[in-house]
Order: sequence, then structure tokens, then C-alpha cells
Amino acid sequence: MEQMLQDVDAVIDQWGAKPESLLQIMLDVNHKFNYLPKESLQRISERLRMPINQIYSVANFFKVFSLMPRGRTMVQVCTGTACHVKGAPKLLDRVRQDLGLDPGQTTEDLALTLETVNCVGACASAPVVVISGETHSEMTPNKMASLIKEIKAKSA
Amino acid sequence: MKRLTSIQDLDALRQQILEKRKHIRKRIRVCNGTGCHSQGSHKLVDAFEKVLSERNVAREYMVVPTGCNGFCAAGPIVVIEPEEVFYQRVKPERVAEIVERSVLGDEVIEDLLYVDPTTGNRIVHEYEIPFFAKQQRLVFRDTGSNYVRDIEDYISRGGYSALAKVLSSMTPEQVIEEVKISGLRGRGGGGFPTGVKWESCRRAHGDIKYVMCNADEGDPGAYMDRSLLEGNPHQVLEGMIIGGYAIGAKEGYVYVRFEYPMAVENALWAIEQAKEYGLLGDGILGTDFSLDIHVNRGAGAFICGESTALMASLEGKIGEPRGKHIHTVEKGLWNRPSNLNNVETWANVPLIINNGGAWFASIGTERSKGTKIFSLVGKINNTGLVEVAMGTPLRTIIEDIGGGIPGGRKFKAVQTGGPSGGCVPERLIDLPVDFEKLKEAGSMMGSGGMIVMDEVTCMVDVARYFLNFLVEESCGKCIPCRVGVKRMHELVVDMCEGRATPEHLTKLEELCHAIQETALCGLGKSAPNPVLSTLRYFREEYEAHVYDKKCPAKICKPLIQYMIDTDKCTGCGACRRRCPENAIIGVIKECHVIDEEVCVRCGVCIETCKFKAIYIE
Ligand SMILES: Cc1cc2nc3c(=O)[nH]c(=O)nc-3n(C[C@H](O)[C@H](O)[C@H](O)COP(=O)(O)O)c2cc1C
Ligand code: SF4
Ligand code: SF4
Ligand code: FES
Ligand code: FES
Repeated sequence: MEQMLQDVDAVIDQWGAKPESLLQIMLDVNHKFNYLPKESLQRISERLRMPINQIYSVANFFKVFSLMPRGRTMVQVCTGTACHVKGAPKLLDRVRQDLGLDPGQTTEDLALTLETVNCVGACASAPVVVISGETHSEMTPNKMASLIKEIKAKSA
Repeated sequence: MKRLTSIQDLDALRQQILEKRKHIRKRIRVCNGTGCHSQGSHKLVDAFEKVLSERNVAREYMVVPTGCNGFCAAGPIVVIEPEEVFYQRVKPERVAEIVERSVLGDEVIEDLLYVDPTTGNRIVHEYEIPFFAKQQRLVFRDTGSNYVRDIEDYISRGGYSALAKVLSSMTPEQVIEEVKISGLRGRGGGGFPTGVKWESCRRAHGDIKYVMCNADEGDPGAYMDRSLLEGNPHQVLEGMIIGGYAIGAKEGYVYVRFEYPMAVENALWAIEQAKEYGLLGDGILGTDFSLDIHVNRGAGAFICGESTALMASLEGKIGEPRGKHIHTVEKGLWNRPSNLNNVETWANVPLIINNGGAWFASIGTERSKGTKIFSLVGKINNTGLVEVAMGTPLRTIIEDIGGGIPGGRKFKAVQTGGPSGGCVPERLIDLPVDFEKLKEAGSMMGSGGMIVMDEVTCMVDVARYFLNFLVEESCGKCIPCRVGVKRMHELVVDMCEGRATPEHLTKLEELCHAIQETALCGLGKSAPNPVLSTLRYFREEYEAHVYDKKCPAKICKPLIQYMIDTDKCTGCGACRRRCPENAIIGVIKECHVIDEEVCVRCGVCIETCKFKAIYIE
């Protein structure tokens, strides 16, 4: 906890405790812990002298922010237009069924989180799936099925 | 590097760089754009460097990691200069051989060449590939050949000469006049005349003014802003500095979505370099003009691309738009005059200054000047980024540059303008593409996404897709958008799932018009566009869903069924083994069948069957 707040302070110091840094700070904290711990929001609120409800409303407004812990492995299925017409819905169904998760959900053991994203800018090789930051291009349901097997084996 | 303190310094530096590079015999360009990167191109750069240094020739042969080459379908791409030998789909295993034969030697490696799908011929040089032939690359000219992390590469190409020209010989008013003469219109979607915007911001009252770059690129399916910022950040920056000088700004912001980490990194790095060289910061090029630029990440909400929402989110508020009776050029960020332009708009500015507004205005159509970069994706052979003069017929883009539709399928429509745009159908394929013509066709330029659709794309599903996107992305501030778009989505979902009645169609159309007229911001006002345009051109497809409960394109799951063709099935059992639901029944060497009750229509079996025995009914 103490360590966490120190990390949050470091992020705040890097950007400066001013309102226009809010989003930048929240992005970094969210990235560091994979979600926004409640105490971190409290700290940001105090140091930026911003009302806590404004910070919560920003946290709720943007989909990237999570107020709940997320999995160690993130499976992100791109549902941008290019990916959609190239079959993203089928990929999503596949992952959903094989992982037993709906988009936005995390497995109980915090191993995996499934998310959808709107275009990661690799549309030329659509459809794409991003797994822990690595982009897999030209996916098919079959390729997806084997990838999920791999992920499951790794996280087991 | 010592700071440049005069225009002469910049010219001298350019000469020096060119001199320094004289001993370089060949340059090996390795595309490190997002597309190629996701296919492993970063490993290529390392491999080339390793082989060259092992052979002790790293001084004469230079590896150049570049931004997107444009022809992403062929990635990872390696081009060897000066001959411009073009190698496609290159794997790290081939690097040693390429160095041996094509870098140190002058051989061409046949099997790495691009094959023209129409003639079957192998093409050696980049400039001979049809994909490039009909393009007019001006803004995007250097993105695929520029050494991304080297300001000197940009300077050696004439970079920052436009800034030097402006600072040494033009007043801010003259700069604005030149941009007005050019007829440049914003590339972020609306197409507002750039010079006019700059002029109102210059005239607005306030000591502190901002120049801002919109790199939010919320359009799903478009990635040219990203590629420009990643591949040639100095060009965008140079445009912004010139703009800052013209309007009298002291500070600037680049707003990039966080999903584009490489764009963020490259923009930051370019700003650092430009400062080091005295091209940004205090007393630029020894003049008394100073400008500071920051990079801020957006949190990936589509609405934050809208100017007032973007500025709100920069101020640490939620990204909600406000009514635009007061323009942001007068009261924008922190209520100060703020001039926001799109990435591609900024990248056009150095060109206009270098070549003159009249030159720029000679390209394009009556009211749409210059070129436009499109991201050509979806069901098309040559996916990638394409830059053509405004007014280029859609046919040229789809057939000549794009190489047509894969799998021998038929072209059905192209979606432009993202969630605010619409679909242009096959029968309008000779449409010249510019701001006006797209609008007349019920679509929009938007930021330049072109998502190509073939016969197996369902237009009702496309409408449903965009409505779902907009429901998720609506900020919820105004009722027509929050409630109306949601209702539209429900209606279209009913159609896709076979529950619709004829009334659904009438209601849907009524809602379209009501929302168009009453929504607060551009998101809501344009939300009905994807529906209206598909209704206009593909009404029969909606009717098939509503009256016959059929999906002609065979996409909408509740309306289709997977079947096995008894004549074609060999009973190999491959599909049975792969089906994740165990929905396929049969014994080996006998025809298999699909249990409709269990099948979830995932498509795994169709992809698996080597005999094309599985079809959708
Ligand atoms: C909902 C919505 C989303 C937008 N998204 C973007 C965007 O992602 N990028 C962009 O440059 N402009 C976007 N725009 C347009 C901007 O509001 C603004 O008009 C533009 O950035 C101005 O730059 P320009 O004149 O150079 O085009 C969007 C507009 C709306 C209404
Ligand atoms: S894979 Fe094709 S041929 Fe083999 S059993 Fe399945 S349907 Fe029949
Ligand atoms: S579509 Fe999927 S679930 Fe249905 S039979 Fe084929 S593989 Fe099995
Ligand atoms: S639409 Fe999926 S990467 Fe762009
Ligand atoms: S990313 Fe390499 S060609 Fe586009």
C-alpha cells in the first residue's frame, strides 16, 4: 500500500500536480497497476486539489480505465470497422466461449481479461487480436482457437 | 549538435549532412510502420544491423527503419536504395542472403519480389508496382523512406526549409494568405478552410493562444494520422510551428490517443530533437519567435476527437462537447483562442509554403484542393495507405490501386467517413472522390477511412455495427443521442435477429431525421448517416431481413444455418474434430451432418474443410 502510493506520487511528480495532467496521470497509474486502485484516486484528488467525484467521473467516462483489478494477460479483440467486416465478431464469439468471459470480464484467478478495442491502427492486416500488447494479424477462428489453447496452458 | 541560430545555419547543416552521407553506397529501408511491425519487422532491423557489422560494412550500407511504406498488404517490406528493389513479406531468416546477394552484390532475389496478380509477372522496383503508379504522393512522399528517429534525415530532404522561409521572409498575414490561396481544407472530417480558421484565431483577443494537433483518429478503420505521426513526425511539427507563427501562439499540444504508443513516442522524440536544434522552443532559428509544444495522450474515446470535447479532456474534465455558438478559435482550451487542426492538415502546410499556395490549388477539384490519404482496408487485395489527388475516381482507387476484391468476389460498397459517414454502392464506382461528391452520395470524407465491402458483407449488419459503436461512444449529454441512437440500435438488432416488423423500418427512418435535427454535437447529428445511406442504396437488403427473415449476405447469425453438401463431403472428419461445440456428427468416410441445435455458427468448420463441402444456407 505504502509502495503503491509512492508509485502514484512518482507519476504525479513526473507530470506535475495540475489539472491538465489528470488524464496523463490516470493513464500511467492505470497502466502500472492494470487498474485504478481506490487509494490512488484519493491521492490524485488530494494532490491535484480536484474533487474526488470529478476524478471518478473521468474514470467512469473512459473505457480504458478500470476500477477493478484486471487479469495478468489481456486479450483484446479489435472490433474496428475493418476488423468487423473481416470477421471480428466470429473471433470474439470464439474467445468468449472458450474463455467463458464476456468483454470487460476477468477470470476469478485474475489470470485473464477479455476486452474489445476500437481499432488499433493495424487495419491493413485485419482482423487483429492483441494479446498482452502483442498484435496478432489476419486472425481466423481456427487460429484464434489455437491461440486460446496456448494462453490457457500458460496461465494455468 | 549546436543550436541553429540562423537560416544560414540550417542551410549549412543540410550541406553538411549531404556531404557526410556521400560515402553511403546503399540504404536498406525496413518498414517499421504498425502493419509491418505487427508482422515482426523490428526483428529485421536488428538482423540487418548485425549482419552488416559482422561483415564490417556498416559504414557504407545504412539500415533505415522507416514509417509505413503504404503497401501494408505486402509487409514486412524491405526496399534497397538507390535502385528501389522492393522485397515483400520478408522474414529475418532471409536477411543474410539479402545482404550477400542484393546489398553487397547487385542480384535480385526472385522469390521475394512482388507478383502482379493480373499478369503473374514479378516486379523488381517499387515505382513499377501498380499500387504506387496511380497515386500522387505529396504529403506521404517521405513517410516510408524517412529515417524515423533522425531529424537530420528530414533536414536532408529539405525539412524545415518551409519554416526557415516563413521566419525569414513572410509576415504572419502573408502565411495565412498563402494558406488561403492554397484552398487547403481540414482533413479531420469537416473540411473547414484552414486559412480562414487561422485568420479568425489570429484576430481573436488574448495574449496566450494555442496551436493544437488532433491525432485522436477515432475513426475505426483509419490509420493515416497515426502513420504520418509515427513515420514523419517532423513534417507535422513543422506545420504546427508555422501555424503557431501565423496565429501568434506560444504554446501547442499534440493530442494522441493512448492506443498509439509508437506515435506518442515518436512525437515526443521529434519535439526533443527539434528543441535541441533550435527549431522549437525559445528564439526559433535565432528569431524572436518562441513556441513550446507538449504531447498529451487521450484515453481513447471517439467523442474526444470533437474539438470542444478534446479541449475539455485536456483540461482534466470528462470529454463532453459543448454547443459551438462560441468557437474554439476564440474560446478554446482554458477559454483562450485555440487553433485545432488534424495531423494530415498540419502535414500539408510545409508543402504549401515551399511550393506556393497556387501550386497546391492547381491539384484536385474545384472546391477540394490537394491530395487526400485514404486507408484502403477491408475486402480489398492491396490494403494500405493510398494518397491520390482529390477528385480521383473511386474506380481508380478500388481497381487500379487496390487491385480489386479478393477471392473473385464482387465489389459491393465502400464505407467512408467512419461512424459519421456512409456507404457508397458499386453503381457509383465512377464517383470522383472529394468533399462535395461524397456528401452528395450520402457519405462523407471523414478522416479518410475506406472500408471496402464485398457481397458477403451484410449492410444491415454494418448499420447495426455503427449504431452499436455510437451507443457506446455517445457521451450521453443530450437526449436525442443518448436515447435516440440506442432506440435505433434496438430496431436494427431486431432486424438482424429476425424479430422485425414493417413498422421497424418506418420508425427507424423517423428517428434518423429527428436525431439529425436535434442532437447537440457532430456525433449525434451524423449518427443516422450510416443507416440513411444503407437504406438509400440497399433497401432491399433491409426488406429481406424484415419481410423474409433472410440475410442475403449470410452474415446475421439467427437467420442462417451451416450445412454440409452431401456431394462434396468425403467424410474425412476434419470438421468434426475441430468443431468446438461438437455439433458435427458422422463416421469416418461417410458424409457428416451438422446438428443445427448445437451449432453456434462460429465458422470454424468452413475454414477447416478442404473440400469446400460446408456452406451457409
Ligand atoms: C464525434 C467527432 C469525432 C471527431 N474525431 C476526430 C478525430 O479523431 N480526428 C480529427 O482530426 N478530427 C476529428 N473530428 C473533427 C474535429 O472536431 C475538428 O473538426 C478537426 O480536428 C479540425 O481539424 P481540421 O480542420 O484540420 O480538420 C471529430 C468530430 C466529431 C464531431
Ligand atoms: S471436413 Fe469437409 S469433407 Fe471432411 S467431413 Fe467435414 S465436411 Fe466432410
Ligand atoms: S459453425 Fe462452428 S459450431 Fe457450427 S458446426 Fe461449424 S464449427 Fe461447429
Ligand atoms: S479496425 Fe481493427 S485495427 Fe483498425
Ligand atoms: S506498415 Fe509497413 S507498409 Fe504499412
